[in-house]
Amino acid sequence: MSAPAAALRLRIFPRFEGRITLFLGLAVLLFFVLLAVFAPLIAPYDPIYQDGTARLQAPGWAHPFGTDNFGRDILSRVIWGTRVDLQIAVLGVIFPFVIGTTIGTVAGYFGGVVDAVFMRIVDVVLAFPYLVLIIAIIAILGPGLKSFYIALALVGWVSYARLIRAQILVLKTADFVLAARSLGYSHRRIMFRHLLPNALVGSIVFSMSDTVLVLLGGASISFLGLGVQPPTAEWGIMVSEGQGFITRAWWMPTFPGLAILALSFGFSLVADGLGEWLEGRK
Amino acid sequence: MHRYRFVLFRPLQFLPVIFGISVLTFVLVRLIPGDPARMLLGTRATASAIEKVRAQYGLDEPIWLQYFYFIKNLAQGEMGRSIVYKTDVLKLIATRIEPTLVLVLGSVLLALLIAVPMATLASRRRGTMADQGVRVVSTLGLGMPSFWIALMLMIVFSVNLDWFPVSGYGRSVSDKAVHMVLPCLTVALSLSAILTRSLRASLIAQINSDQATAARARGLPEGAVFWRHVMPNALIPTLNLLAVNIGWLIGGTVIVESVFAIPGMGQLLVRGIFSRDYMVVQAVAMTFAVATVLVNFLADILTVAADPRVKL
Repeated sequence: MSAPAAALRLRIFPRFEGRITLFLGLAVLLFFVLLAVFAPLIAPYDPIYQDGTARLQAPGWAHPFGTDNFGRDILSRVIWGTRVDLQIAVLGVIFPFVIGTTIGTVAGYFGGVVDAVFMRIVDVVLAFPYLVLIIAIIAILGPGLKSFYIALALVGWVSYARLIRAQILVLKTADFVLAARSLGYSHRRIMFRHLLPNALVGSIVFSMSDTVLVLLGGASISFLGLGVQPPTAEWGIMVSEGQGFITRAWWMPTFPGLAILALSFGFSLVADGLGEWLEGRK
Repeated sequence: MHRYRFVLFRPLQFLPVIFGISVLTFVLVRLIPGDPARMLLGTRATASAIEKVRAQYGLDEPIWLQYFYFIKNLAQGEMGRSIVYKTDVLKLIATRIEPTLVLVLGSVLLALLIAVPMATLASRRRGTMADQGVRVVSTLGLGMPSFWIALMLMIVFSVNLDWFPVSGYGRSVSDKAVHMVLPCLTVALSLSAILTRSLRASLIAQINSDQATAARARGLPEGAVFWRHVMPNALIPTLNLLAVNIGWLIGGTVIVESVFAIPGMGQLLVRGIFSRDYMVVQAVAMTFAVATVLVNFLADILTVAADPRVKL
């Protein structure tokens, strides 16, 4: 390849690369959304129907992913599990995002005592092992998905608060803020209508990669028996149920785990692609 | 030497954080429903027996007074007695700290052994198939739940190949080492994904930096430029990332210890939460939190030592 062509390719490649990554990720997510929406039509069996004659069957034509110790079809359970795990990934990020962004914006904008107090709280929460804090809060509230969401909201906001605060601290010295203030706009209007939209990009990219952490966290919590309760089909529980059968039925933990991996991969691709694309646009 | 002055003053900033941690732990553990005395004695215990146990562990005092005693004991180097194990909490931790320490250090070492070659390959052959391969592998690594990696490793290496034991910890040093291979590998696989991505990005930035160009201009071969100038500078942000992730790492050991049935601190903590063993939960959570703060402090010192421009 001649030198100018190589240079041209180098210049264009990163922009395309970001888009390809983004579209691949979105395709994976779309696949799982369709799976969740049309689960009743796609799944070949009832996810909680126990077929006593078909226990622990290896993957084959009748059951592509095999069956579990109750004779339930693992493929159908993985498909139905999409509904629960997709919900965990989305809801588990929205609450911390909204709370953290609000607190971070207010703290960064006003500074002083408000800022100092919130940032010390952030320090304390960050000094704790993330999962341990979540487990402790769920122990207080009782096992279940609702407790998991509340625990996430109480713990997860700190990262978002930190991110947005750092942005606001830089942006609030900009001329457009001075202009808005001289026009007599209220603090609330300046914070949420002028500063926030300019500061949000980094948080949105982070929220996409945070989805992966939340998804893994939710599955871990269910794995420990603190999240989704049986017989609901959820990937983390399914892996946990397979733990006792690793010597006899490798397919029991393997396929639900692969589903977690695939969905996480989709979210990671979207995060990477979005990040690269926004970087390229600057 | 004034660049190192923060080593003296930074610990003062830890005090409010550690105070906050102690309050948070104390309040959280007491919010967990269930009475430790009743948990201990069972459902058929008489009211007077429960009263006696409550008095013995100071559980009948008002909560602020309990906190005061907790801090007072802490100042004297005591963490109280475990209600379930009936021993001094610090002694209990001393017997449990080794497996967790081995797990954390072993997996960090293993993760670096995986991440450094991968990131080196990706950054030196940027844009090639090798780079794309490293990217895909590390992105997949990010999405693997640790408990699932653990089970997959068990199926392959314990059940089918019979190389390593399925779970447990062992007694002799060599026995322990054999038991810890799979747990360390489990954590290292997730951790190396994070480290590889970060290291690749900072290596690429450093390869194109002015100081690397200057080294090349002095006639240094590319290999020397890379290992003497690029790699040391690129490792600093990655080691900092490792320090920031130490809390995540410790949380991960809780899961891995539970899957592999390793008698470590994480297992002690989770069991403590479920048996309402207040003193154990407080002590373990405090130890974890203080360790997190200290590791971040060490990372700061390391950064200052490695980079003369940094002032903290």
